[in-house]
Formats: sequence, structure tokens, C-alpha cells
Amino acid sequence: MYEYDVIVVGAGGAGLRAAIAAQEAGADVAMVTKLHPVRSHTGAAEGGINAALREGDDWELHAYDTMKGSDYLGDAPAVEALTQESPEEVIQLEHWGMAFSREDDGTVSQRPFGGLSFPRTTYAGAETGHHLLHTLYEQVVKRGIEVFDEWYVLNLAVSDEDDPAERSCHGVVAYETATGNVEAFTARDGVVLATGGLGQVYDHTTNAVANTGDGVAMAYRAGVPAEDMEMIQFHPTTLPSTGVLISEGVRGEGGILYNDEGERFMFEHGYANNDGELASRDVVSRAELTEVNEGRGIEDEYVHLDMRHLGEERIVDRLENILHLAEDFEGVDGLEEPMPVKPGQHYAMGGIETDEYGQTCVDGLYAVGECACASVHGANRLGGNALPELIVFGKRAGLHAAGGETEAPRVTVGRSDDSEAGDVETPVELGEPWGSEGDAVADGGAAAETAEAVVERSLERERERVERLLERDDGTQHAEIRAAVQHTMTENVNVFREEAALKEALVDIHAARERYRDVYVADPSSTYNTDLIQTIETRNLLDIAEMITVGALARDEFRGAHWRKEHQERKDDEWLKHTMVSWSDGSPELWYKPVVLEGEKKTYEPKERSY
Amino acid sequence: MSTQRQQPETETETESTESEGETAQERRLDEKRRRAEERERKRVEAEERAAADAERYHLKVFRYDPEVEGKQEPRFDDFHVPYEPGMTVLDALIYARDQFDASLTFRHSCRQAICGSDALFVNGSQRLGCQTQLSDLDQPVRIEPLPHSEVVKDLVVDMEHFYDQMESVEPYFQTENRPEGELEEQRQSRENREKIKKSTRCIWCGACMSSCNIAAGDNEYLGPAAINKAYRFAMDEREGEDMKQRRLEIIEQEHGVWRCQTQFSCTEVCPKDIPLTEHIQELKREAVKSNLKFW
Repeated sequence: MYEYDVIVVGAGGAGLRAAIAAQEAGADVAMVTKLHPVRSHTGAAEGGINAALREGDDWELHAYDTMKGSDYLGDAPAVEALTQESPEEVIQLEHWGMAFSREDDGTVSQRPFGGLSFPRTTYAGAETGHHLLHTLYEQVVKRGIEVFDEWYVLNLAVSDEDDPAERSCHGVVAYETATGNVEAFTARDGVVLATGGLGQVYDHTTNAVANTGDGVAMAYRAGVPAEDMEMIQFHPTTLPSTGVLISEGVRGEGGILYNDEGERFMFEHGYANNDGELASRDVVSRAELTEVNEGRGIEDEYVHLDMRHLGEERIVDRLENILHLAEDFEGVDGLEEPMPVKPGQHYAMGGIETDEYGQTCVDGLYAVGECACASVHGANRLGGNALPELIVFGKRAGLHAAGGETEAPRVTVGRSDDSEAGDVETPVELGEPWGSEGDAVADGGAAAETAEAVVERSLERERERVERLLERDDGTQHAEIRAAVQHTMTENVNVFREEAALKEALVDIHAARERYRDVYVADPSSTYNTDLIQTIETRNLLDIAEMITVGALARDEFRGAHWRKEHQERKDDEWLKHTMVSWSDGSPELWYKPVVLEGEKKTYEPKERSY
Repeated sequence: MSTQRQQPETETETESTESEGETAQERRLDEKRRRAEERERKRVEAEERAAADAERYHLKVFRYDPEVEGKQEPRFDDFHVPYEPGMTVLDALIYARDQFDASLTFRHSCRQAICGSDALFVNGSQRLGCQTQLSDLDQPVRIEPLPHSEVVKDLVVDMEHFYDQMESVEPYFQTENRPEGELEEQRQSRENREKIKKSTRCIWCGACMSSCNIAAGDNEYLGPAAINKAYRFAMDEREGEDMKQRRLEIIEQEHGVWRCQTQFSCTEVCPKDIPLTEHIQELKREAVKSNLKFW
């Protein structure tokens, strides 16, 4: 058994920043991560980090843009924390040596991005995430913070009081990939989940193969509500064959989108008469697919993104990485030809419900980064707002978990008097077909037991689960189930959504759950058993897919990235509220909590989003 | 959640009484049938293609697992993977794993040459699986773990030594020259950023170290990646002269830059096109220059 003050799960941008902050606040910290830190998907972020650094810009403008971009589903206290603290955090990164792109006077460069009223996206070429990830990891190495890399966290050790708000998290149980050992990690002060994205629930995604939503699924099954899961961001420029991301920086620098008829459709077909290609991501994604659906797509599948007119010098200076990606993964020379692009799953705007310090309703459990929903992105994340989220909230959560000084949060978590019961008609029963038996129950240990007992019991359960999966000789393989889920999500819960298709997805997910009863691990080895890990990940994907779909079915309006065929308007009277899904011992429950639009100085009044 | 269990059949009946002709439900079912037919057609086509050997890529993949009796003796397994245009070595491995043998083990994550986890020895050269098109390779495609590293299982090697070498060069920014204002950045000229730019692209894949003859013979040699990391900081003007001296001392140690024999194998295999050998040479020159100062 390992013991620390703070355990950080996941070692991408948010996890690394949380670990540094916790350590600086005096905590004994360990990071437990299924990849090595430099393999984290933060490294694939391209575009940049938004921060109001320059004269003429300020945090209030940044907050306004973010609230508007979110289509008024962001919570103002969290958005304001993001925009107030990102300048300091970006400069902190610079002081840690991050190789930002520079202006002639040696200051860091900024460029325009979609939905921003000021060019406030600070960047390092088109590989900002790579630089950010490595800079943060360097600081972790410098501080000697312990990293358990290639350790896969199987579950959280959470006590099992009936009311999730009374539960406490005392640690995690993890599987050492190299040896097959299952071990417990006790956290005296807190566990910070920083497990990243969940894009593997779709088959066309910019996300890494490791992005299977493990943190969200684990927290959900421990009783923490998942918030706004239906809000999935599709990025308008991904390479058609692989889903590899082509940064918004290309459009920020002046890249142009064309349809098969050579029209600059963002203007010529009136999708965004002012901002054109730089309208926000939901708007551009729908525009592209509408072009394709109306027969003006290229090969009925994609559109063209052209940057040739920017000139070789500017492209190489600011977007060099894009040339390599287009060449390696699509065989296109971006200097000579336009690049083929189409929308792909990119980012989960929802996630584990937290306040502005990453706290969940379970005592001692925090979540930060893409797996969390402090609610800064609402229904549509602006490009360049994910990286500041990692560092601002990573720092806040690390500090809070380590007992550092903080103010009282203004975003509330868990159920309260403001919660409203939800109601949606689903074609099948949700949750586990086998009820609350088996691996899916929330509890790690009986109520009122000591922390040690909770962790011990959780360890025992996970050892049993691993053994059970390894023992079976025959059945269904995870790859089949995973492919079925990815297929139905891509077909039915994509950019355009309609009721019948959403219901069909729920039926398919239910069928996948049924098949998961028979799942087995073909590889008997206790050395580097990726078959076992992927089987457990697939279990997590099932819950994630269901949360996304049921939220999308319930929200019968059109807001941000969430487009509904039957409901073509934003319904502020009814829907200025967050979709919450809670796992009550195997049976998902839907409820709502209001959006917080009151900021520090003003209340953000919902307006029509036009670009 | 108030869940109403509606059987799809019931739903069809209810809906079909609502309007005449083709209802939404029927259209959806038609669509689903059409998709199922499409999938079936594709499957049959795939099988037909598989029958013709020319359409399948022949992989010979290294296998070894200390825990499994049949795999304790290293061997090569053959896989025949149906080819699709654009398919990479990584795609082929994933196909082989998901369709033929779930125990086939390799590291991979981002699929876009940035996480650095799938460096492999493919047809005798270090490459990233995700970045290597099958169509560029002669058959059979021989896929092995990175040479000069301990094999953990199949294509997975132990990276600890590589990480240790990376961390031994103090791979973090160190400077006394902080600007006074908290919100003020340290200035760096565009030229200086340009100078270190390529060195900052390293993704720690280990291809260079694996290709280096010197590293193979001298386990203590820092190796190209770690020296490149030292270059990244030594050449960063923000760290200042004193720190640069310290960095030069680190890379001048017995198993540092002077071991490099300028064979360029690291530069040749680097998937991020970092001119590693050049960086090592430049550090040698800097070291000489700084030593001369004291004479």
C-alpha cells in the first residue's frame, strides 16, 4: 500500500499542474497515470492558450466572449476564474521556459481565434500543447514529484453512504501494467482526477486511443453527477481519413474554406456573414456538413481548407506542424494544395461536476481538465480555452487539495434545493441490465469505516474484478463491443441529432451492455496485458455513451454544439440549466441545476449568438 | 429517470397508424436495413479481397512474453491484413490485434506522431508505426521492438534507461534572470527561438537512442535525445551565461558529447526531423570554445 497526501490520476496538462501546485503547498504528492506523462494527449493540442495579456484586452472581454461562446450554458464564477487567472498562468509557463512564438520585441505572440473579440491566443507554432506538456513535465522532474507511469487506475476508494454528498474518497486502486499487480494508493488529503477526454466513444475523433473517459466513468459510478455530457464539441477541421486535427490556427492566420464548387461557403451561403471561417466551432462544423449534405461536398465527404495564399514563410513560421500532418496522414502538400477537412469529435465540454476549485460533491475527490465540468465551456468551447483551463483549474485544485488558502466557491455541487427532477422517455431501461451487482456498484467500503478499511475493501474488489476477467476462457472480445458503440455514436449522436436516431443509439448501447456480460480477456498474461486494460476501458465507454445520448435526448432545444432537428431554437425559458446524470447504484437518474449567470461585476444576459 | 420500456415492435405499430405510407419509423428501419446490407456487402468484399493474397499485407511480427509458455521463446508471427489506401503500420497492428490475436501487445496512443509511444523497428529501421505508410514498405513487413532495449513483451520495450538519461541532463529551465513584473515575460528574440525550435520538438520516442551504435556499446552514454535536450536549454538565451557553462559541463562528462562518432544514424531515424547530430556537433564546438576561454 502506497500513502501520500495527494494522489493525482492522469499526467496531462491539468494533472501535472495540479501536482506542482499541491507540492508547492507542502503536500506529499504522487501521480498515477496509464501512460508516461509525455505521452499524454495534451501534447496533441495545436492552436494556443487564451489569456488577456495586452493593452486593449482584459479578462472581462475574455469572460464575455466565453459566456457568449458557451451559448449561456457556462457558469460565470468559473468562467471569470478562468479569464482572471489565465494571464498569470501563461506568464508562469513562460517563466518555466516554454518556447512560445515571439514578436520582434521578444514578447510572446498572440493570434486571432474563432469567437474571440481580441487576438488573445498565445501560441508556440502549431504545437502549443506539446510545448505546454513538456514544460510542465520538466517542472515535475525538477521537483522530484513521484510518478507512477503505466499504472492504470481501476477504481476510486470511496465510502458508501447512501447520499453521495456524505461520501469520502480515500484513495485509488491501480493496476501496474508491467507486472499485473493491483495495488492501493491511499490519499490522506485528496484525489485529483485529471484523466482527460473521452473521444474514443466515437470512431472519428481527434482524441488519442487512450482517451476513454475513465475518470468520468469512475467518478460517476462513485456517485458524482456527470454534467452536460451531451455537449460534445466537433472540430470543423480534421483530416477525413484519420481524424487528425488541423488547428484552428490555420483559420486564425487566414485559411479559407471552399466547397466543391469553389465557393467560400461560410460567406456565400450565409453561415457567418461577419466572421466567416472564424465563426465558432459549432457554426463552422454545421456549415461544412450542410454543404456535404446538399451535394456541394468533395467526394460527398469533406470540404477544402486552403492556406496556400498565406505564403510559405508565414506558414512555416506559424503552422509548420500542419504541413507535416497533412503530408504524413493525408498525403497532401499544404503549400501546393488545399487540405481536405471534415468535422470530427474533438472535446467533451461536459464531465464530472465540480466547483471552481475542482471539488466534487464527494469529500476529497477533485476533477480538473477535460474530464471535469467546472462549466467554463457550456455548450460550445472557444478554441484556445482548453489549455488555460488545464493550468488554471489544475493549479486551483492542487492547491485546494493540499489545504492551501482559497476563497469559498460560488458554484455549488451535488443536489440542492435548486435541483429539478428530470424526465425523459427512453426506449430501453438504462444502466446495467444486471442491476447493481458486479463491478459496477459505487461503493468501495462500508459507511463509517476507517479510511484504511475503505481502501482495503476497494483493493479487494478490484483484485477480484481483474481475476474474474482473466479467468474466463471464452466469450465476446472488447474490440467488438467498442466498435459497436463507436459506430452507433457516430451514426446517431453526431453533429446533427434527431429523436429517432438518439433512441436508436440507446437501444444499441443497451445491446452492447448485454454483450459486455460475456466479455472475456483472451490474453492470460500478467505482463503488459493491454487486452485487460482495454476491456475495462470499454466498460467505461458504455457508461459515457449512455450519458451523452440520454442528455442529448432530454435536451429538446438547439444550444451551442447541441443541434436538434425537431427543435431549431434555443429555449432559454426552459433550458438555462445543466443536464445532470447520477448513477444511483446502477440506475441512471436525470436531474437539472440552474446555470449561474451572475458574475463578479455583472450578470451575463443571454443574447442571440451571431458571428 | 422515468423510463418507459417500449418495445420497438410496439412503437412501429403505434406509429404506422399515425399516417399513411412511409412513416419515419419505417424510413429509419429501411435505412438501417440498407446500412446493414452495405456493411454485409463490405464484409463480403473484404473477404474476397482477403482471398487474393496480393490485396493483403503480410506482416511478420516479433512475439515474446515471459509469462506465457508458448511465447517464452521469441518468435515471429505472420499476419495477413487487408490493405486499404492510407493504412499505416500502426493501423495494420491494430487490425491484427483486434481481428486475429487480442494478446498482440504494443504501445500506441495519439496516432499522429506526437505521443512518441509507437517507435518500432520496421524493416530494419526505427520508425513511428503511426507515421509509416504500409505502401512505402517491402513485403513481408518485419515489425520488431526497438533494438538495444530490453523487451518487456512483444513490441513493448523497457524505456526506463532512456527516461533516466533524459532526466540526467537537468531537463528543466533554470534562470536567475526573471523580469521584475509578475505579469511580464522574459524576452526572447525570434532568432533565438528559431535556433532552439527544432530541438524542442523531441517526443521522447527513443528511436535515435535505439539507432545509435555508441549507445548500444556504452550504456552510460547520454545518447542523442538527452544531449538534444541539453542543447535545447544550453542554447536558450534566457538561461544566461552561467547556466550555459553548467550545461556544457554536464554534456562534456566522460559519457557525453565526445562519445558521438558523427554517424548520423540518430538524425536519419528522427521522426520529427531534428538535426540531432548537428546539435551534438554544435555543443562540441561550444564546449571547446568555452574551454579555450580558461586557457
